[in-house]
Amino acid sequence: MMGQGPAPFLELQGVTKRFPNGTLALTDISLAVGDGEFLAIVGASGCGKSTILRHVAGLVAPTAGRITWSQPLAAGGVGMVFQEPTLMPWARIRDNVRLPLDLAKVPRAEADARVTALLAQVGLADYAQAYPRELSGGMKMRASIARALVTRPRLLLMDEPFAALDEITRQKLNDDLLALWREQRFTAMFVTHSVYEGVYLANRAIVMAPRPGRIHADIPLDLPYPRDEALRTDARYAAACRTVSLALADAMRGAA
Amino acid sequence: MSALRRLAPVILGMIVLAAWEGLVRLLAVPAFVLPPPSAVVAALLADPNTLGLSLWFTLTVTLQAFALAVTGGVALAILFTRSPLLASALYPYAVILQVTPVMAIAPLLLVWVGYERVDLAQLILAWIVAFFPILGNTTLGLRSADAGLRDLFRLYGASKWQVLWRLELPSALPYLLAGMKISGGLALIGAVVAEFVAGSGTGSGLAWRIVDASNRLNTPRMFAALALLSLLGIAIFALLSLVQRLALRRWHDSEASHP
Ligand SMILES: Nc1ncnc2c1ncn2[C@@H]1O[C@H](COP(=O)(O)OP(=O)(O)OP(=O)(O)O)[C@@H](O)[C@H]1O
Ligand SMILES: [Mg+2]
Repeated sequence: MMGQGPAPFLELQGVTKRFPNGTLALTDISLAVGDGEFLAIVGASGCGKSTILRHVAGLVAPTAGRITWSQPLAAGGVGMVFQEPTLMPWARIRDNVRLPLDLAKVPRAEADARVTALLAQVGLADYAQAYPRELSGGMKMRASIARALVTRPRLLLMDEPFAALDEITRQKLNDDLLALWREQRFTAMFVTHSVYEGVYLANRAIVMAPRPGRIHADIPLDLPYPRDEALRTDARYAAACRTVSLALADAMRGAA
Repeated sequence: MSALRRLAPVILGMIVLAAWEGLVRLLAVPAFVLPPPSAVVAALLADPNTLGLSLWFTLTVTLQAFALAVTGGVALAILFTRSPLLASALYPYAVILQVTPVMAIAPLLLVWVGYERVDLAQLILAWIVAFFPILGNTTLGLRSADAGLRDLFRLYGASKWQVLWRLELPSALPYLLAGMKISGGLALIGAVVAEFVAGSGTGSGLAWRIVDASNRLNTPRMFAALALLSLLGIAIFALLSLVQRLALRRWHDSEASHP
């Protein structure tokens, strides 16, 4: 849909990563991500999905290749939701969510206003004063998403954020996430094990093959937004899931 | 049920004291071998000023050593985690200091600081004993900060100072508090041992009272000084436990899991 435009928001060019212990995690990853795209990355365990996100986040440096941006991002331009909620257990939820703003020394009053608004948006207004241990798994994940969005990032990286949640909570959070994405127009890279989740959310699916990690297929998903429960029984949704599943099975077979 | 459980040690103590008193009287055990509890209380009340002053002196040395151990231990732990080179250079010597019996260092230390500054020698000896749990625990705690949170701080370009202040120190707090509980008791032990081996300086602590009473075969007074030492140790432990509970109860599993 997008992404094929002249100036991609973000581009990985021949990114290769060999870890110090010799593991070749990624080979020659080339991928252009358009502004405002919602990218789903699917692939078997260990094929390098997390490693791609960590490269984009700047947490690891590629062994070869490079990552270019259409324009330099300000601090807080990239938000990340990890597989675990990764909250500071000693800090209240509102302090956890405010952390990125505190680190950037955003004035307290402005930061608090933004945190309050976001907590309301993710449905945690009543838990601002709570400590993480007092929240359920899904609520912690919401707090983690609020924290990732609090800097109003241009790019949101999500690494299997809902993998540990039950199906109902997961679908609810998927809908909430889509609403936030449509409202704030950030670019999203969403790693998931679930083809159904990926297709439900994204407008483009990247299928990865393992050992060494590489891109096996790049599948546009031209299902219309807004997406809701009705989509799950839509024939086009089923067809898209089938296409991605087949590509995934193919990628695994190639590796075996 | 829980009230009974809380009272259980007190009741047991009363029974033991009563039995002790009764048996000593019944068997007419001489007071210099084993005084009855009443005689110990009498010895305490006979000379409350001297014993109180000694208690104060021991308390002062203990608290000074403890405070220095905490500040020094935390500061060195921070330094260790900033500079791996410094850590590997210094750590073996910290261990040597720790494993060498403090009694064995005392005479040497006395020569170095001078016999006219026994107080200082006592303080240093107590500090050496109390220091290591703080250093070890805090170093471990600073390093144990969650890797995911470290990534998060990096993602947002946190400075080293921000990482230390907002991530590493809070992560280390449970470890530090556990270390302080051990260290508080050790500071008292250190202060007493130091007085035994280094002797008394300007003031006389409880250890000296015990040696003195022992020389005079005044066993009730020995017990009185001993009881004060125990009370001091219990008070330090209870206070640090309270601090630990207050600091951790809302968020840390070790304290928060108590109903
Ligand atoms: N720090 C590291 N040091 C060495 N090898 C690593 C490191 N991080 C990841 N790897 C290796 O790189 C490969 C890809 O790991 P990665 O975590 O990106 O997989 P993944 O696709 O996210 O898997 P999963 O779906 O299970 O999370 C794996 O073989 C893993 O063992
Ligand atoms: Mg992963």
